[in-house]
Amino acid sequence: MLNVGKIEEGFVLDHIEAGKSLSIYHHLQLDKLDCTVAIIKNARSNKMGKKDILKVECDIDTLDLDVLAFIDHNITVNVIKDGEIVDKKDLVLPKEIKNIIKCKNPRCITSIEQELPHIFILADEEKEVYRCKYCEEKASDSATLW
Amino acid sequence: MRHLMNPLDFTVEELDRLFDLADDIAADPAKYAHTCDGKKLATCFYEPSTRTRLSFEAAMLNLGGQVLGFSDAGSSSASKGESVSDTIRIISCYADICAMRHPKEGAPMVAAGRSGIPVINAGDGGHQHPTQTLTDLLTIRALKGRLGNFTIGLCGDLKFGRTVHSLINALIRYPDIRFLFISPPELRVPDYITDMLSERGIEYEEVIRLEDCMADLDLLYMTRVQRERFFNEEDYVRLKDFYILNKEKLTLAKEDMLILHPLPRVNEISVEVDDDPRAVYFKQAQYGVYVRMALILTLLEIVPV
Repeated sequence: MLNVGKIEEGFVLDHIEAGKSLSIYHHLQLDKLDCTVAIIKNARSNKMGKKDILKVECDIDTLDLDVLAFIDHNITVNVIKDGEIVDKKDLVLPKEIKNIIKCKNPRCITSIEQELPHIFILADEEKEVYRCKYCEEKASDSATLW
Repeated sequence: MRHLMNPLDFTVEELDRLFDLADDIAADPAKYAHTCDGKKLATCFYEPSTRTRLSFEAAMLNLGGQVLGFSDAGSSSASKGESVSDTIRIISCYADICAMRHPKEGAPMVAAGRSGIPVINAGDGGHQHPTQTLTDLLTIRALKGRLGNFTIGLCGDLKFGRTVHSLINALIRYPDIRFLFISPPELRVPDYITDMLSERGIEYEEVIRLEDCMADLDLLYMTRVQRERFFNEEDYVRLKDFYILNKEKLTLAKEDMLILHPLPRVNEISVEVDDDPRAVYFKQAQYGVYVRMALILTLLEIVPV
């Protein structure tokens, strides 16, 4: 059994689907932060069988975690201060997501202008529908993650 | 600085003022003949569309302005691989306003984001064609005297018809409109539109045969049913005549019903209908010029909305 120590201040992202932690690491742009990050893969979970966990030691205002709501609703976010869990953060669907998924519409301008960011706008909060900012194509379940 | 990407970019009140201006232009074109002296319109057409381009050019020339541009991607720098973002930055140095048609959806929006001048979406793939919708609305308002309180039949290809979807979205902002969707089952209006109408409590009905609802209509918006949209030849042959408007079917219609069509017409309206006073599709093209004149004046802030 692998033991990873406590963090003093930051986040513990728990119940990540096994194997997804690295992609979340990139979507949260943790590679750009100069802080300690523990990526735990395939941890045992009563609820999920296997799960991934990310521990990020950073100032709690540093990270914008809303994108997690789009990627996976089931992730739980524990906010840590002075080594203790002080809050469980509710994830809110972001109004706009940038370069998280690609527009799959072959007629969309993003298919030919390579430098354009792929931006999706939350069109229907209740039904969790995102549409491409440019062509308004609905983001389908099969939309490719960046 | 404002652009026009979508017919819903303007509020109903702003559209009223735009249409008031278009009416005033129609009543006295000479008054506006020099309002754009010294101004230039760039028509950046990455795919050919003679009517839309000429309508924009006529609008600018009527206002005293000048026109420059290209009419297909092959004769533009796009053939050398230049991006829309780069092209519009250059065009912004040459002209005061730009009308852009592009086969890729969202291209005019990308241009608007980088542009130093107002950009008008003159059609982007199967996505939006806002000046067609403004033309339709102005034609209805001018000839029917109102926007709202009528039954409109939309006939033909309601599944793929961009102009139809756009017109429905624009009309639902007006009161007491009842929609009759007349199409073969293969070309029904998409579910997201009927769902949206149901959610808003807007009355609609789907019918197969034009004759079955002709007598109810205050407006008939015709579109083309293309052979290639059918799954098999048999269905096409069986259904195509339901969607051809001729004098005989027109005998069932109200005396003051108006027939609109975004054009080009192929065979879905017999030429024998053209002389009927209810056929207003050629007048629609004239209103298209007036509404584009009003739009140019508005976006250039010569006449603020």
